[in-house]
This record gives sequence, C-alpha cells and structure tokens, in this order.
Amino acid sequence: MSEALKELAGHIAKAQMGVVSKTEVRLGELMIETTPDKVIALLTYLRDDPKCLFKQLIDICGVDWPEREKRFDVVYNLLSVKLNQRIRVKLMTDETRPVPSAAPVYSSAGWFERETYDLYGVWFSDHPDLRRILTDYGFEGHPLRKDFPLTGFVELRWDDVQKRVVYEPVKLAQEFRRFDFLSPWEGAPKVLPGDEKAQETAAAPAKAN
Amino acid sequence: MSDVEIKTLTMNFGPQHPAAHGVLRLVVEMDGEIVERCDPHIGLLHRGTEKLIEYKSYLQAVPYFDRLDYVSPMNQEHAYALAVEKLLGIEAPERGQYIRVLFSEITRILNHLLNVTTFAMDVGALTPPLWGFEQRELLMEYYEQVSGSRMHAAYFRPGGVHQDLPAGMLDSMEGWIKQFYPFMKDIENLLNENRIFRQRTVDIGIVSADQALDWGFSGPLIRASGLPWDLRKSQPYDVYERMDFDIPVGKTGDCYARYLVRIEEMYQSARIMEQCIAALRKVGGPVRVDDRKISPPRRGEMKGSMEALIHHFKLYTEGYKVPAGETYTAVEAPKGEFGVYLVSDGTNKPYRCKIRAPGFPHLQALEMMTKGHQLADMSANIGSLDIVFGEIDR
Repeated sequence: MSEALKELAGHIAKAQMGVVSKTEVRLGELMIETTPDKVIALLTYLRDDPKCLFKQLIDICGVDWPEREKRFDVVYNLLSVKLNQRIRVKLMTDETRPVPSAAPVYSSAGWFERETYDLYGVWFSDHPDLRRILTDYGFEGHPLRKDFPLTGFVELRWDDVQKRVVYEPVKLAQEFRRFDFLSPWEGAPKVLPGDEKAQETAAAPAKAN
Repeated sequence: MSDVEIKTLTMNFGPQHPAAHGVLRLVVEMDGEIVERCDPHIGLLHRGTEKLIEYKSYLQAVPYFDRLDYVSPMNQEHAYALAVEKLLGIEAPERGQYIRVLFSEITRILNHLLNVTTFAMDVGALTPPLWGFEQRELLMEYYEQVSGSRMHAAYFRPGGVHQDLPAGMLDSMEGWIKQFYPFMKDIENLLNENRIFRQRTVDIGIVSADQALDWGFSGPLIRASGLPWDLRKSQPYDVYERMDFDIPVGKTGDCYARYLVRIEEMYQSARIMEQCIAALRKVGGPVRVDDRKISPPRRGEMKGSMEALIHHFKLYTEGYKVPAGETYTAVEAPKGEFGVYLVSDGTNKPYRCKIRAPGFPHLQALEMMTKGHQLADMSANIGSLDIVFGEIDR
C-alpha cells in the first residue's frame, strides 16, 4: 500500500516540479504540500492526470497553529474512485494572504471554503459566494481559531420586555477551568545521587555505534 | 407593444417545516411554480462540536459523535474509534470487530428505515413511517441492551467496544431478522409500484455520474447514479472483508433510484448481520484491547487491585496520550462517507478534529438538482438526499 503511495508521490513530484514543496507517506496516507498561488494548478493536475484521477474533493478544512508565522493550514482531502486512492494536499497561509478558490475545479469546494472562511477567517479569492455558513447571522470572529475562547463572547436570551432575543456579553458563574495534563504518566525520572556514572557508561556504547 | 416585466417570487421555506427534515431554511426564488434558485441557509443547529472536542480528552469526545447524525450514531463512533486506533497503532480484538460490524449494520437499517419511510411521507404516504418506526423501536432495544441508551450509545470506544453482548441477544436478533424480510416485502409492496409514489419520484432530481463525482457525493447517492463505490468493499475496515454482501447500483440517478438502492441495502445489511451472528457464536475472547494504558479496567477488578484503581482514575481524569500525527479515516456511514480528520500534538486532547459529514456536500448540490423543477419536487429531493442537521451543522 505505502509502496504504491510512494511511487505515486514520486510521480506527482516529478510532474509538478516547483509546485509540490514536500511529499510524505505516514500511517499509510499520502500528504503533499504546496503554496497558495500554485494550488489550483496542482488540483487540476491531480484531477485530470491518468495516474491520479482524483475526481472527488472530499473535504477542505483549516488547522490553526498560532505560534507559526503563517498560522493556518488549509487541508484538501481528495479521493479517486476509479483508482481507489486518497491524497491530502496542504498549504500554509495567514489572515491576510488569500487562497484561490477551488470552486472552478471542484463544484463541491464552494461550501467547504465558506466553512473554512467562517470558522478560521481564511480568505478565498474569486470565490463565487464567500459568506458565513455555520455561525449566526451577524456573528463576529472566527470560532475555531485557537485564540477564540470556548465560551465565546456573547450569549443570548429572550427579553420579555422588548419581546425579542437580546445578545449580552457572556457571564460565567464559575471561572472556566483548564487542567494541565502535561505531567508525565510515569512520574518524574528518579535520579539517585551519585548514580550518574552508571547511566553515562550505559549511554556511551550506544553512541559509538 | 409594451415590455412585460417578469418578476420572480422569493419564498422562504423553513426553518420549521415538516419536509425540511430538521432546521433547514431555504430561500427559494420562483418563477411561478418553477424553482429558479435555491439558497440553503444552514447552521441553525450549530453547536461547535469540533471546538468542544478540542477541549476534551479522546474518550470524552466519543459521545459527541452520537449527537452529530442522531439516526446513525454508531457508524460515526466507528469512524472516530478507527481514527484514534490508527494514531495509537492498535487494533481492536476480533470479537470486538465483529460486534462493531454487527452494530454498524443495525445502524444502517435504522437509518434507512427512517429515511425511506419519511421520504414516502414527504411525497404523501403515511403508512410506511408508522410501520417502519415499529421496527426501529425493536432495533433500538438492542442498542439499549448493550449500552443502556436507545440512541446516544457511546458504545464503540477506541480499542473496541465498551462491553460484551448480554446473554441471549444473538438468538433474539436472529428472530428479528426472520421477521424483517417479510416486513421489507410489505414496505416494497406499499411503495414500489405505487402510482403516486412513482409519479412523485421517477425522473425527479436526476444526477449523472459525473455530477455526482464533481459535487462530492458518496454512499447511496453515488451508487444511485451508477457508480459501484462502497468503502466497505473498496477500503474495508474491521472485518468487512470477510463479509459476503452485494452493492446495489442504480441506473437512473433519480429519486426513485435512490429509494431502491436504500431498500436493497437493508436486505444486504440483514445478510451481514446474519454472518456476524454466526461468527460471534464461534469467536470468543475480549471485546476491547487488553492494554491498561488505553482501556480501563472492569469494575470488579478495581475492588481488589490497587493498580486497576490507579489506571481507572488516570484514564477517566487525564485519559491517554496519543502520539503526534494526523490521519483522515473514513467509514461508509448510511448516508455516505463519514470521515474524521484527526490531528494530534501528542497530548491527551485532539489538536484538531474535523468532521466530514456526508450530508454537507449533498445538501450543497440541492440547488443543482432542483433547478427547473417544481416546488413540490424540492421536498422530494430533500427527502431523497437523506439529510440530518445534526451532522451538517455540527
């Protein structure tokens, strides 16, 4: 399985030199990386090349890595029904750099891109209809960003005096709690005083190899 | 002669409408009785599932999957369980896999019974839902017996299933399957040759094979358009490759073909159930992995063993850590390809969990299918798409 994927990765990388910046096969899945300006050419190639035939766009989604300079990953999952293979195309962008819309290549891209724009604030240029899709009418912010709080900013209730639904800032009765689970399962490593030498000698032969 | 100005009528359909199958709001532009444009407004049931999962441990995320598509809960747990297992590098034991396949097929019948019968109700038949819901109740009793809950089961866990089947369940299931075949014949007698049903569905909402690919269709919809594509056959997971079943394929790609595909799939699901029951009588052993760092100990063990108590406490507070990596894992849910794109950063919580719901691209194609049809055909189209807003809005 992964041999065939590696072969396919080599084939794509060769044909699309300069477009594909990285290929990787992990856990039996093939992932290739590209850049926003070249993604449409790559997707068109993947759809039409007889060795690829990824006729189906399964999904587009974003991933947020706020500590990176280009904080968003945009991930395209493609499927070839004919050759029974999958591929994942990834690119990096940020809040201001737009990604060209894949809607001319795959009709199903329209809503997936609207969703990514709604939840992450990634811009898709030349999109036929880039509106919010999942959040409320008049919603502000992009809820799946890591810096957006889980509780959100507004809550709503029915106001009996005004006879309508009103929005108010969130009031929490109890502070939101997050526990730190990064302590290791096995406990802190035990260091016996004066025992450092034994570990050094154990590590030394491994280094020589 | 003066110019005649034709004005289209903009109509609001839903969000509260019995043919909308949930909270679908459609803004429809109509020229007389003909639909010119339709713009679905979704998100009225958006609960932020993906955001919530990022704040929960891997085990705590399981029940959210029941609440996505609430008529086929276990298939979605299945996708999530397989994704986590892939990242952890473990595999469920054989008996657990058979139980998962058995309940996946029960879920498929549950889902198709609901869809086929309410679809018939959308186009004017009231008897099928009354009959079909009786069968659904019987199946949900099996849900209740294994998990304690009729719908939101949380039964499939990463590493297997939560508990073994109770005694006598396999016999009772065999009895159920025996009476299910004649019941399906009754439903087919009601609908297949029914004049009104055929007038409302034949040649309505035709989708060609190329369109089905372009719009990201999967499941019964892509098969009704003539493509023999089923993940259970092409990318088998768990013990599906040992099962003997057929993939029904439609010829016309219209609403009637989609109905026929679902009917035939129910027969095939019953066949798979029979094979699973036969296998489960022979295959013994554990139903979930025997790794105490992943699957919690039994209650009885905890009474006597200190280690079991510690493991239980750690697993239900901190949970297990999943090695960093990412995977897209999909299963053939009753509605189509249900996938989970899971990104792990090596902690005890998913870094990102994107849920690929089959109904989302299906509903997107509604405008393409409905354009040029009459308004009444739109509800037939919606019914044949099999949409549930729990999964579309997430």
